[in-house]
Amino acid sequence: MSDQAAARPTSLLNRGDHTARRHAAEARFRACGLGAILIGLAALAMLLTSVLGSGLGAFRQTYIHLPIHLDAAALDKSGDRDPEVLKKVTTIGYRKVIDAALVEAVAQAGIVIPGLTEDDSAGIISREAPAQVRDMALSDPDLIGETIQVRILADGRIDGYLKGRVSAESAARDSNVSLAQLQLADAMVERGLLSLDFNAAFLTAPDASDQRPEAAGLGVAILGSAYMMLIVLALALPIGVAASIYLEEFAPKNRLTDLIEVNVANLAAVPSIVFGILGLAIFINFAGLPQSAPVVGGLVLTLMTLPTIIIATRASLKAVPPSIREAALGLGASRMQAVFHHVLPLAAPGILTGAILGLAQALGETAPLLLIGMVAFVREYPGAPPEGFFDPASALPVQIFNWTQRADPAFVERASGAIIVLLAFLLVMNAAAILLRRRFERRW
Amino acid sequence: MTATWILLILLIIAAASFFLGRARAIACAGGDSRALHSLPGHYSWATVLVTLLPALLLLALLEISAALTPAGTLAVVILALAALAWSLRRITPVFRARATVERGVLALLILAACVAIATTAGIVLSMLFETLNFFVQYDWREFFLSATWAPRFQGGSELGFLPLLWGTLYISLIALIFAVPVGLFAAIYMAEYAGRRIRAVVKPGIEILAGIPTIVYGLFALITVGPLLRDYFAQPLGLGASGSSVMTAGLVMGIMLIPFVSSLSDDIIAQVPQSLRDGSLGLGATRSETIRQVILPAALPGIVGAVLLAASRAIGETMIVVLGAGAAAKLSLNPFEAMTTITVKIVSQLTGDSDFAAPETLVAFALGLTLFAITLCLNVLALAIVRKYREQYE
Amino acid sequence: MKDTLTETPAAADTAKIATRDLQVHYGDTHALRDVDVDIPDRTVTALIGPSGCGKSTFLRCLNRMNDTIPAARVTGEIRIDGEDIHDPRIDPVQLRAKVGMVFQKPNPFPKSIRDNVAYGPRIHGLTRTRAELDEVVEKSLRRAALWDEVKDRLDALATGLSGGQQQRLCIARTIATSPEILLMDEPCSALDPIATAQIEELIDDLRSRFAVVIVTHSMQQAARVSQRTAFFHLGRMVEYGDTGALFTNPADPRTESYITGRIG
Repeated sequence: MSDQAAARPTSLLNRGDHTARRHAAEARFRACGLGAILIGLAALAMLLTSVLGSGLGAFRQTYIHLPIHLDAAALDKSGDRDPEVLKKVTTIGYRKVIDAALVEAVAQAGIVIPGLTEDDSAGIISREAPAQVRDMALSDPDLIGETIQVRILADGRIDGYLKGRVSAESAARDSNVSLAQLQLADAMVERGLLSLDFNAAFLTAPDASDQRPEAAGLGVAILGSAYMMLIVLALALPIGVAASIYLEEFAPKNRLTDLIEVNVANLAAVPSIVFGILGLAIFINFAGLPQSAPVVGGLVLTLMTLPTIIIATRASLKAVPPSIREAALGLGASRMQAVFHHVLPLAAPGILTGAILGLAQALGETAPLLLIGMVAFVREYPGAPPEGFFDPASALPVQIFNWTQRADPAFVERASGAIIVLLAFLLVMNAAAILLRRRFERRW
Repeated sequence: MTATWILLILLIIAAASFFLGRARAIACAGGDSRALHSLPGHYSWATVLVTLLPALLLLALLEISAALTPAGTLAVVILALAALAWSLRRITPVFRARATVERGVLALLILAACVAIATTAGIVLSMLFETLNFFVQYDWREFFLSATWAPRFQGGSELGFLPLLWGTLYISLIALIFAVPVGLFAAIYMAEYAGRRIRAVVKPGIEILAGIPTIVYGLFALITVGPLLRDYFAQPLGLGASGSSVMTAGLVMGIMLIPFVSSLSDDIIAQVPQSLRDGSLGLGATRSETIRQVILPAALPGIVGAVLLAASRAIGETMIVVLGAGAAAKLSLNPFEAMTTITVKIVSQLTGDSDFAAPETLVAFALGLTLFAITLCLNVLALAIVRKYREQYE
Repeated sequence: MKDTLTETPAAADTAKIATRDLQVHYGDTHALRDVDVDIPDRTVTALIGPSGCGKSTFLRCLNRMNDTIPAARVTGEIRIDGEDIHDPRIDPVQLRAKVGMVFQKPNPFPKSIRDNVAYGPRIHGLTRTRAELDEVVEKSLRRAALWDEVKDRLDALATGLSGGQQQRLCIARTIATSPEILLMDEPCSALDPIATAQIEELIDDLRSRFAVVIVTHSMQQAARVSQRTAFFHLGRMVEYGDTGALFTNPADPRTESYITGRIG
């Protein structure tokens, strides 16, 4: 080392131990990087398979196919089919009719299961079924007295049996279902009385109580989420764009501007639950807006989404080169005209992309909605807007949370299925954002 | 008469003023719009602006003070008409309608920008008052220093904040221990090693993780990770029998933070000038030597900022801990035990039928304010560090 | 081109660097074509030509820095001391220690002056003790004519030095890995005239120990510091010979056009 020129010229073909060690370290480092990527992708794969695996079942449902004689003697004693009188017959009345129909159908099909009582047979029918049939009869009173072929929901345990969630072993430990009922289900499947069909009601029906997971659907939640997204779009987009235009194009360098900048940057990182507290304290307790209402959820999510939209909008305004503004100003346009006629249209694709991503974020947000009462059990669809904005509703992510809190394992399937629906919505929104960006991406 | 109806009337007056303003301007100029200072449309909008603004202000004032009587309604309509008449009289060919309109629009823009300030103020105020109410009923020293969390509905609750803070920090720590190395290495690999084709596949794959809502992670913790950890680690090791645990929530939160850390780090690594890489490689350094000894030290402040932002995310995360961590407030070191966090308790104290006079409910606001303060400090610090770092290479 | 080669005093077998049929592609562009050249040891060789002519590309081939650009493809033969540098047995990491490089813009690492110079010896494991390392640092800084200016603040941040000092630090940093060849890519383009003069003086001094290959956009600089000059145009090496001869009596009309200022 003392005389660099002494050993010249050195051959590059002599590779020392030191170099070998360095290359080994290089290989290890690179493997760590690859490992990290694989961990990330494996986590994604696990997450998706776990959700898809337990959720796909929610899109299929076990139905019983039965001829039912709607006995006029039991359902309409007066005989004149007066809707007001018909309404007085509760689901209990219909329950008896359906139970009888099932017992008869089973007997006609020649199914004999040792130890199966009539009550056991009736037990495979969902508690929701009488309401289904009653609604049918009320909407068309002429059906009463006729024998109609119906498709009614089977009990959640039977549904679980057909989907592999319930087995003979688990039934032995479960007081809600007996081995005989499972044998009955097998026999009914063989004779076409029981089958797994596509479950359209999962997307349209309202939530159902703890005892009837088979009837629970996402209708109210999807509607509530849609209402909130409408509010977010209508408020966050104009306010966010206006704020961004001011900050990017007009704001002088002063304290107010600095204050706004700091606030926007920090709001983007405030925990979402804090926005929920804000909604509860200001919109519900102070302003007196109703609990569980999409209008409150929409307002809270608007405030949450604003920073995202402002940051995206400012980035796309910044990407428009100053030469465009100078060209407009040079022709005698005012600054306002330069911005609204030239800069804003050029920035529009970027702004829309940001808005869609902000909406996607808002759609999946759960925590703040818990605090403003959207966890409540809501079975009624909210009305048409704008009054409907004030009706109680649920929201997709909150409905998922709600179902995870129920005891019956059938609700886990529902929650996972709801996640598939939520992810499908998010996928569509993100795909739209990507397409928009690809289609209109401009390089200056 | 509801506010909706008044708004409808005002809308009709506004529409009328739009056309009146235009007609008046053109009439002033003798039918030749070129003689006007501004475009005819500007006169229309200037008239609408002057007509509507005072009336809307009065309406809002009456609405807030709950004095929206028929007389008040009448006053609003009369004000709008008077403003219309005044603004029409103002129109002459030299009237600078464009300046008026643009001042109005600018005011609207400023108003929109101030929503950010109003939101922060709303957050602070909404929690501050209820927190003060809480401390009137409950000693603040007990809250901050007691190690017991035991709310009781019949009164005499112990509402110590320490076990919640411990759970929060413990879970966040595990999440960061998992997410920071994985996220950082993923970013390094994508920025310095991966070819364009691999990056085109891997980068969106990792970013999908960022787009997944936290409720999905929560369910993943509840139905997959929790039982897995319980059956294969906690029970064989004799460390516990609970699916919900610090480890469950921490790991899943770590997965959630991977894309957050990696995309922030990626940005920061990309900002290190290429000339430093060339300088190091030109001296015969290997890529990993260049990364470890030149790029990472140069990017360190930015990465510290990113980690602080990730920590703030972890501390404020709610759904994963609600579903994965459990509800028991405990001061324990065993990561396979169920513990709880600040956010979990905010949710549990504020959902359902809450009595806003009871300390058991009000404590949620104190928890919220503390959470806000902690995350705010982390965010401000992180943003300052990241900004300073950016300026260094600009 | 062949006749310019015959003028070369250094025969091919004694050349420090020899290239044959060298081609470089960046994606679809053919950046460098058919370069055959023999560069002697302990000489300053200047590469001149209009921007985009391939002279920097050529320079980056000599220590395989083009390997770090994914789109670059190098074919043909480059021999240093008779060894093909694309031989699979040859490690680019060792090659770059032997063939040091100084860049256009001074690029000191955001570390102390000492750590900048010590970086190369550390990663290559050239020293065993702290004292040895200090010795290498001092010797390198002295050789780069920077020692007297920084000896009292070796632990100060290198980014705080002036542009000229930073560039001399980068030269010191390169010398510290005990290279045999120094490649310099327009080392003075970001510097003021005084700093440029200092660097030029240093380059002249470095000739006693190294083969120096310098890319420059300034013909005056080439004339001042180099003994041999190669003129590149549109990806080809048009002419190569003694600096004096090339400037006073160019063989190729394109060279003449360039040095008289008609193209460039």
